[in-house]
Amino acid sequence: MIMAASQSNGPILRLECLEKRFGGVAALQGIDYEVPGGVIQGVIGPNGAGKTTLFNCISGMIEPSKGRISFEGYRIEGLAPHKIARFGVSRTFQHVALFKKMTVLENVMLGRHPRTRRGFLAAGFRLPGMRAEEEHIRKKAFEYLDFVRLAHLAGLDAGTLPLGKQKMLEIARALATEPRLILLDEPAGGLNMRETEELGDLIQEIKKLCVTVLLVEHDMNLIMDISDRILVLDFGKVLASGTPAEIKENSAVVEAYLGMESGGILM
Amino acid sequence: MGKKNWLILLGTAVFICSFPMLVMKIKAVSHYVDVMVFAGIFTLVCIGLSLLMGYAGQISLAQAAFFGIGAYTSGILTTKFGIDPWIAMPAGMILCGLVAWMIGVPALRLRGHYLAMATLGFGVIVNIVLAEEVNWTGGPSGMADIPTLRIAGYKITSEIAWYYLVWGIVFCALIFCLHMLHSRVGRALRAIHEEEKAAECMGVPTSRYKVRVFMLGAMLAAIAGSLYAHYVTCINPSSFSLMWSIRFMLMAMVGGMHSLWGALVGTVLMTFVGNEWLGMFAEFEILVYGSILLVVALFLPGGIVSLASMIARRREKRASALEDAGP
Repeated sequence: MIMAASQSNGPILRLECLEKRFGGVAALQGIDYEVPGGVIQGVIGPNGAGKTTLFNCISGMIEPSKGRISFEGYRIEGLAPHKIARFGVSRTFQHVALFKKMTVLENVMLGRHPRTRRGFLAAGFRLPGMRAEEEHIRKKAFEYLDFVRLAHLAGLDAGTLPLGKQKMLEIARALATEPRLILLDEPAGGLNMRETEELGDLIQEIKKLCVTVLLVEHDMNLIMDISDRILVLDFGKVLASGTPAEIKENSAVVEAYLGMESGGILM
Repeated sequence: MGKKNWLILLGTAVFICSFPMLVMKIKAVSHYVDVMVFAGIFTLVCIGLSLLMGYAGQISLAQAAFFGIGAYTSGILTTKFGIDPWIAMPAGMILCGLVAWMIGVPALRLRGHYLAMATLGFGVIVNIVLAEEVNWTGGPSGMADIPTLRIAGYKITSEIAWYYLVWGIVFCALIFCLHMLHSRVGRALRAIHEEEKAAECMGVPTSRYKVRVFMLGAMLAAIAGSLYAHYVTCINPSSFSLMWSIRFMLMAMVGGMHSLWGALVGTVLMTFVGNEWLGMFAEFEILVYGSILLVVALFLPGGIVSLASMIARRREKRASALEDAGP
């Protein structure tokens, strides 16, 4: 049984004056935003708006040029990704980044890494407790596989799964680290209609575990359906934020999208 | 650690145990026991190296230097200070572990082949120190009269006794590494090898793990060095030069660096090639090594052990083709 994370009040993630420059290009220019705990927070914006840069800053893969990121009150900007993972932030990747030659089960077992501790000597000498820990990791991994309904494929190499299942597996691996904030980078990219629907249901189940979800997605139906709040980025700045209904009415947002695409996309 | 690995381990153990009985009977090859003692010592050096190359994707050109530090620590502590060899050996291990940590932490924090460069420099420095510190190391002519090992008061002098001692230690090291690879730590190492960024985001401290593997390799090389010193009883710097680091790399690569068994197979094979079958090339030995490296890199990047899985796959394919052709 996967336990729900404990939930404190107040924002789980706070971004202050967040900036990221690549040479002369400003990918993020002064983002101020707060994500309350326990919600599904959508993040949308045209290509190049800075969504992925934002995710990379939060998960520690790149260091912001300026500004602050606080997670549950702790400053995490500039920390190494493995430390941020220990704090309770996990993520999936826009281009699936599974360990392809490891089995489905091993991928999720790897996700238990920050919640277990035995090192080289304990493993090499099979010190007492090692076997028990390994058993526990396996049991936990199966729970997360059950959660995304992939337990029956546990023994296959991850690289042999179809894309839709690989995306689900990535979510299971991220959940196995027991995050309180999970960043999903275009989880519906490349999925068909039925798979996208299942994904939407799954994300709502994740929310029920009291895990806050930050969701970057191009599928407008999905994001409008399941998000509690939406943040719209454009050219590295906050263009608008609010509930899905408010965003649909927002003239600046409609204009930004109308200028770029065929319009009607928000309807 | 999986049924397959236990079976291979058992098979290898049976072979290693019966090997001396087979070759001792034939006069022309009875010295193969001696060659196998060296092969076992070199296997210890190459196990750590193949973990480093295969799992952390890093190259160390200082394996011979760590091998040398282990040998000279044993040599100096036992001849100059009269310390027991069984205490000198762990002392060498600790020293090598510390040195590897000091080199590894800065070099492995950066991405790219900084470790190869750092260890290249370090290997040369160690060799110069061994040749120049005449008071301690005996300089270029080396040191002699290193005592042999004793177990429970008995001196180990015969080749056979050394053979079983060295290979016993090799098996302990293999079991240690196999246990390690089939655990949380091994999963993390494989994950680093496949998708370093994803591993890091799932909480694996990637650079710390690489440093640990490098340290493990250095410490195994130190054990090997100590065994070497007590076996041959006289050592000189030429056995620990850069050329030997390259040979160790070649041994690991020929066998297959993604597998511990590859390190074992490659080392034994290349030790025989080097000691026994290359004599006729004399000065041109280095050319032969270069050609072997080239051929392996081009045609058999997975090493000799990958041949087995290649054959198995081909057979499978043929079987399924036959099935398809059938009614």
